[in-house]
Amino acid sequence: MTTTTKTTPTTPDAPRGIIALPQSAARVLVALGAIGTIASTYMSWTWTAEFPGDLTYYGSPAGLQILALVAGVLTLLYALTRWNIRGLNWLNPAGATAPVSLAAASAFAVTWFTAIAIAVDLGGLANLDPGAYVAIVSSLVALLGALALPSPGDTFKAWISKPDTIPPAGRIPAWAERLVVTAATALALIVFAYGVGVDPDASETFIGYLLLVVLGTWALVTAGLADRFSALNARHKGFATSMAFLAAALFPFVENNEHNANLGVNILVVATVALGLNIVVGLTGLLDLGYVAFLGVGAYAAALVSGSEFSRFSGVQFPFWAAMLTGMAASLVFGVLIGAPTLRLRGDYLAIVTLGFGEIFRISVNNLDGSSGPNLTNGPNGISMIPDLEIFGFNFGSTHDVGSVTIGRFANYLLLMLIITAIVVLVFTRAADSRIGRSWIAIREDETAATAMGINGFRVKLIAFALGASLAGLAGTVSAHVGYSVNPAPYQFAGSVPPNSAFLLAAVVLGGMGTVGGPILGATLLYLLPEKLSFLKEYQLFAFGLALVILMRFRPEGIIANRRRQLEFHESEQPDIPEQSLPDTTVGATKAGA
Amino acid sequence: MTTTTATSPVLEASGVTMRFGGLTAVRSVDLTVNSGEIVGLIGPNGAGKTTFFNCLTGLYIPTEGKVSYKGTVLPPKPHLVTNAGIARTFQNIRLFANMTVLENVLVGRHTRTKEGLWSALLRGPGFRKAETASRERAMELLEFIGLSHKADHLARNLPYGEQRKLEIARALASDPGLLLLDEPTAGMNPQETRATEELVFAIRDQGIAVLVIEHDMRFIFNLCDRVACLVQGEKLVEGTSDVVQGDERVIAAYLGTPFEGAPGDEEVAEVEAAESGSGAQSTTSKEGSAQ
Repeated sequence: MTTTTKTTPTTPDAPRGIIALPQSAARVLVALGAIGTIASTYMSWTWTAEFPGDLTYYGSPAGLQILALVAGVLTLLYALTRWNIRGLNWLNPAGATAPVSLAAASAFAVTWFTAIAIAVDLGGLANLDPGAYVAIVSSLVALLGALALPSPGDTFKAWISKPDTIPPAGRIPAWAERLVVTAATALALIVFAYGVGVDPDASETFIGYLLLVVLGTWALVTAGLADRFSALNARHKGFATSMAFLAAALFPFVENNEHNANLGVNILVVATVALGLNIVVGLTGLLDLGYVAFLGVGAYAAALVSGSEFSRFSGVQFPFWAAMLTGMAASLVFGVLIGAPTLRLRGDYLAIVTLGFGEIFRISVNNLDGSSGPNLTNGPNGISMIPDLEIFGFNFGSTHDVGSVTIGRFANYLLLMLIITAIVVLVFTRAADSRIGRSWIAIREDETAATAMGINGFRVKLIAFALGASLAGLAGTVSAHVGYSVNPAPYQFAGSVPPNSAFLLAAVVLGGMGTVGGPILGATLLYLLPEKLSFLKEYQLFAFGLALVILMRFRPEGIIANRRRQLEFHESEQPDIPEQSLPDTTVGATKAGA
Repeated sequence: MTTTTATSPVLEASGVTMRFGGLTAVRSVDLTVNSGEIVGLIGPNGAGKTTFFNCLTGLYIPTEGKVSYKGTVLPPKPHLVTNAGIARTFQNIRLFANMTVLENVLVGRHTRTKEGLWSALLRGPGFRKAETASRERAMELLEFIGLSHKADHLARNLPYGEQRKLEIARALASDPGLLLLDEPTAGMNPQETRATEELVFAIRDQGIAVLVIEHDMRFIFNLCDRVACLVQGEKLVEGTSDVVQGDERVIAAYLGTPFEGAPGDEEVAEVEAAESGSGAQSTTSKEGSAQ
């Protein structure tokens, strides 16, 4: 079946799917399966509340049932797009099979995972209630129906990849486009808040959530909606960015829970630091394995001037803006001190030397305790009891009422950290798109050629290093106050607790080098997953490594790919070429002589 | 750059020597390039041409000798040399492969623009003005080499000949007074070579002196006002195309000197017989004659 027939649903002689069924029957099967799945979520799936989420009620879905419900609705919608229903075409512009099969697969994965989890957790199939049986049968029916739809190609890959041609979106007014951006942002906020809100003990629910999010997003991507959305985003860049920040600022109101706000603020700290590292690694191509030290310098600087009684300068209490500048300046100085001797090295040598300097910071801080060195940092005990911030009389330590919602301590810091993240995003995007940013990328691409083009390599690299360092220091000043105390332990190269250099680097590489969204997404995933999948316990690092290996095999450019990177790793696909001009047969006839 | 008279020297290299340990790659080479001139540098592989180029552009610091540009001695740093007004291309293309064509040329503008990190972050009117000016100049250059329609393509996706041209545009972006081209036609077909020839003439007409390394003799002798031949690190001869073309030492350096005793008649006959034989006879006898 090598023909690339465009499968329009109305064609009677369209190629058949894996399972030999007439197309209309296949469509009906998918729709029925989806409806069955939806219906099943209103039934009881198990008899006891011991299973996380309490799936015992008739009439109200809970926990994994909500996820199954969402997957079922998604499947139903995509099944309906196969009937060419007016008003639903935008969901599946190409009328492709892949989104239907992926949506059905998401429903199948969630329901079957739940059923298996119930059977395993509670010991036996006897624990399944009728609702669960309805769910597994109907989701299987939907999946089989999807597989009976006309085959999009002769390989397995065709079932899960985007069709080559997606009709261009029709123009809608600008306000409508903004409305779409707003709606999508709101949806993303809801999805994210739901994931964060999953009880840490309910790992089953979180795995179901992951299955749904991954397969559901994949379905939307194969439908071409992701491309359309990013085109919209590009048209309304400023608006989309402000919406994203607004959504993040709304998070504490949506998910009004101090534990989750703490999670949010920690994610923002590592995301911000990862974004700073992205300047050094992603743009300039300098592999820095000791980057977390700059976060430490910022945190320690802020702690020393915070007025904590364990600080060497316990009487000194800077206002926050001054503490922030102190932290940034200290990191900047440290960055230049480390950068000046090391940036003469290239490649692996630089990586090893930065690794060494990072460790030097931690060990020095450990020893500056008054007995093995001058007393500055209070050694391994660190500086604790850092007082809460107070800006313009706004105390970050106490709760505040905004309307009917109470904003707690961590939510206060979350909002502050969000401002800092916004600053860092602004710095990153502006620096990247300028003369200096181009020279960074040029250095990354070919340092010798860059210097021959008049770029002072050392100077430009040092600027990148210092800028990255001071951004990390900035984030460090807030993290010191959020965490009440600073101590040398977390600022190491690799460890199981987040802020460490390997973690930050992984966030950048996993998310996508050289992009803004990449490190933020990478840091979020890397922070959230171990938090929610607590059953992994001592296998966390193993799972982390495995995830990295899998990602590097299938998507080496990271989840959010930079256009350049994408091309670098998928050479043959060449997604960038705008409209391919005819092969140049007249290379010689140029305007050179003109 | 156009103000200099036709006779003033742009580049003066005197007694340039480059030693790598015990190996002397370039030995006491003198070379002058005058404004409005195209000078060629030829020599067999390994003669030290590229090493000499690297000495001129600050990639290597010459062991002895000095290089001056328009009367001032050049500093031994590549970016300062470019800043002074010497731009170069590379023998093996060294574009910024994952940047667009336009961005590549914009990087070439680096020395002629001053906007630092602060102005990039603050984005004042000065920044915008400089950025637009850079873009305009870059597009002008792309127009000049005939690549403006591919400004948004990644450099890596260009065909080979266009990559060479883009390298020249990138070098021109620094507004040089002297352009050094290291084998600009390597790997090109005859039409492309001719187009490059036109391009170099057009560059010269803008008042930029050109020093070019090349192996394609027809290209060199068509193009250059003067040609210097480098053999084993030493300058053998310098002069107009005719002088260099006719020089026996140059021919010897490329083709080797004849034996002391020229091959006897019988050997010549033997070779001729073998050649004509292999044309007519079967492959087995060809193998035999090859021995």
